[in-house]
Amino acid sequence: MVNFRGIIIQAMKFTKAFISIFFTLLLIWALQTKISLVPPLGKFLSPADGFWQNAESKHILPALNLKLNGLQDKVTIKFDENHIPHIFAQNEHDLYFAQGYMTATDRLWQMDIQTRQAAGRLAEVIGPKVLDIDRYHRRMGMVYGAEKTIKAMMADPVERNMILAYTDGINSYIHQLSPRSYPIEFKLLNYAPEDWKPINCAFLLKLMSETLAGGSNEFAMTNILRKFGPASTNDLFPDYPMHEDPIIPTGTKWDYFKTLPIPKPSANFLAGMADSTNTKPRVEGIGSNNWAVAGSKTASGYPILANDPHLNLTLPSIWYQVQLSAPGMNVYGVSLPGAPCVILGFNNNISWGITNVDADVLDWYQEKFRDTKMEEYWYNNKWNKTTRRVEKIEVLGQKPVYDTVVYTHHGPVVYQNNAQKADGPDFVPVGHSLRWIAHEQSNELMAMYLLNTGKNYDDYRKALTFFSAPASNFVFASKDDIAITPNGKYPLKYKDQGKFILDGTDPADDWHGWVPFGQDPTIKNPARGFVSSANQSSTDPSYPYYINWSFAPYERGKRINDRLAVMTNATVDSMRKLQTDVYSIRAQNILPTMLKYIDPTKLNATQLSAYDQINMWDKNFAPNSIGATVFTNWWSQLYNAVWGDDFADKTLQNNFPSVDRTEKLLLNEPTSKWFDDIRTPAKETAADIVNKAFAAAVKEITDRCGKPGANWQWGKFKRMEIASLSRQPAFGSGNFESGGTASTVNALHDGHGPSWRMVVQMGPKVKGYGIFPGGESGNPGSFFYNDMFKTWNEGKLKELLFMQSVSEQSPRIKSTYTLTGK
Amino acid sequence: MLFFIILILSFASGYFLPWWIVAVISFLTALFIGTTAKSSFWQAFIAVLMVWIVLALFKSIPNDHIMATRIAHLFHLPGWGYILAVTGILGGLVGGMSALSGLLLKRAFQKH
Repeated sequence: MVNFRGIIIQAMKFTKAFISIFFTLLLIWALQTKISLVPPLGKFLSPADGFWQNAESKHILPALNLKLNGLQDKVTIKFDENHIPHIFAQNEHDLYFAQGYMTATDRLWQMDIQTRQAAGRLAEVIGPKVLDIDRYHRRMGMVYGAEKTIKAMMADPVERNMILAYTDGINSYIHQLSPRSYPIEFKLLNYAPEDWKPINCAFLLKLMSETLAGGSNEFAMTNILRKFGPASTNDLFPDYPMHEDPIIPTGTKWDYFKTLPIPKPSANFLAGMADSTNTKPRVEGIGSNNWAVAGSKTASGYPILANDPHLNLTLPSIWYQVQLSAPGMNVYGVSLPGAPCVILGFNNNISWGITNVDADVLDWYQEKFRDTKMEEYWYNNKWNKTTRRVEKIEVLGQKPVYDTVVYTHHGPVVYQNNAQKADGPDFVPVGHSLRWIAHEQSNELMAMYLLNTGKNYDDYRKALTFFSAPASNFVFASKDDIAITPNGKYPLKYKDQGKFILDGTDPADDWHGWVPFGQDPTIKNPARGFVSSANQSSTDPSYPYYINWSFAPYERGKRINDRLAVMTNATVDSMRKLQTDVYSIRAQNILPTMLKYIDPTKLNATQLSAYDQINMWDKNFAPNSIGATVFTNWWSQLYNAVWGDDFADKTLQNNFPSVDRTEKLLLNEPTSKWFDDIRTPAKETAADIVNKAFAAAVKEITDRCGKPGANWQWGKFKRMEIASLSRQPAFGSGNFESGGTASTVNALHDGHGPSWRMVVQMGPKVKGYGIFPGGESGNPGSFFYNDMFKTWNEGKLKELLFMQSVSEQSPRIKSTYTLTGK
Repeated sequence: MLFFIILILSFASGYFLPWWIVAVISFLTALFIGTTAKSSFWQAFIAVLMVWIVLALFKSIPNDHIMATRIAHLFHLPGWGYILAVTGILGGLVGGMSALSGLLLKRAFQKH
């Protein structure tokens, strides 16, 4: 009996122990596992493995010795007060090895996630919710294009050496990591970094092409043509704007080359134009400015160059500053994390910068397939075989997805049917194949290498021959010359080929080869003493080849040219002031006309106050300007009121006529039928719409900001932040006050803006100045994550520490790394 | 005694072993020298909590708590002190539960 009681007690003790152990193990398992979006909490919060390990100390080691497998000789890296590496190597192999090593040290996760995005490999680490984004990138042919490009890059010995050394440097950093030293985002998403592959460099360049030349509105334009007919379409979407100030000055002669025969328009195109009856919508704000001023206009007598590329701003910063020095090379500037070389910068002889051209290098072809199997398509009066490419997409927690993409000779059929498109981008027409410059093999890194080592204008011209896409306005300055070239690989097309969807069955609609490099528009040392670009039309209509039918609005370019034309004794500071200029050419052009229609005696108190503010406004988008807030809202109400009714049809994808065309309507055609709101019985004119828009704008601002006062100031009204690449608000900048808008030179707008401001004073001793919104480190727990943001936001530049030798002394040098081989 | 052994072993291992080692330490220590369930749980709880807070502060103080503040905001907490407290309590819970399990297992094998 006693024994039996003992067994029960014993059993109960075991049960208790078992329950306790069970719950302890369950707790540990839960803390070690990623549940939905929450990282494994035990791992993530523990001081041994978690985020505490990523908290970087403010105490910087003044010297560090590193032994790295693969180095051929000694490399010395000096870091300045912003932790910018100044790399001194004995040979080019070690130089790019060290660049790869340092870039990975500071930006590994950014490099990993951007490569994954381009390659359609996000779902592998994030899960099924991003599968559609991956499928889109695969089906667009990003991998197809990158595979071709890396082949071309590896065929060139200089480039091959550069890419392999850079890759080895990155991997040498990755191999020394342990899970506790992984960058914070790997811990958040709970995956491990993988080895870098040479093709990743190609993926990053293709990603740039996607950002800058991956949009189109051909699908919408074709629907517009069907709805309104050719007369209205040509009237509303003209091939050259009313206001323009092209990059290559009007009147430039094209006598430096013999024009190739221009292809004839296809039958389909002509039929569309006589009938009585693009990928991503383009975003205003992805633009950039650059210019160079000749010595005749500067205080020093030597040219000055300036560049500020505008992009969707992120943290970690888009760019990585670096100085690269080896025998035969000493270059300073910004690089793209994941690609060797300096992309925008200067050396002791030359400086260069780029802005986007926005060439028409992406076209859709309507294909005629024999049947739904899509094994054959009609082209050149016969059936032709399609090819297939199988894309294997790994998905976290699921079996891999196999996606078959059909290719015609044009390129991939991005979506075969509506089911496949599902929630895919609107601008992609179903059943159409895509011809895109990013599918071509290219050698952009060679262009960069030649600029990095370039000595004069001829080297600049030679470098450009290697640059295909995204087509860019390359500005140049040496101590003797200035120049600009809207440069890239332009398909040879008939005029407006690609304004609308093309006919896939007709060879006349194919791309007809390429515009030869020597025939790109270019200008050297023009009489006006400066060159500039701000994404406006490359040339006036006299240029024989078709580049695109529409470009970014001209306002920034016009303001830059107006200022540079009257500038004398220019200094670095004059350039800085122009980069941060917020004067609105748009307001200058149309505000007087808009105000003319307003009768102040008919306004209520709030409207009158807004009217007074805009009446005395100096047309600057300063942070404390109330006029800027009123004008922006008024114009936006007006623009939407003019087109919102006629273009309400969803298939038109809100592809309204341009700002320039709307201005023309307002200034020259006040009784046009387009002012009439077709949704009301009354017949409206410009006066009615302008007044309605004003009332609506004042109401909108009042609803958001209350009675007129400090809250109406532009800096307070406008939302502006630098978002983090990981989409975590805690890792972003948060909202901050700023001036400017998309159409001012300082184009801060909706999270877009100057991702790098650079000014270079040429001469016997080159001096560079620059700043970007963020910092060198990609670690949100580093003092160098956004240490340069404040200076950038104040509109100031920093003098760049351009060292002439490794032994050069400077109080700005805070630490030194010595790298040697094992 | 239990407290000090867990404290010292957890502290030393924090520099090179994964986070869950504190569970093993607490479990084994209580298995061998634990006395009562309550004291085993609380001694381990306090020991691991202290170790985790001290190790976290070693990293966070020279960082001016930049990282801890960002992570606190990530979890919608107002400041770095909160994420430090959550870290400590989580570690304490793992240590305490493991020590309790160790003690209960020891009891199960004990003749009385």
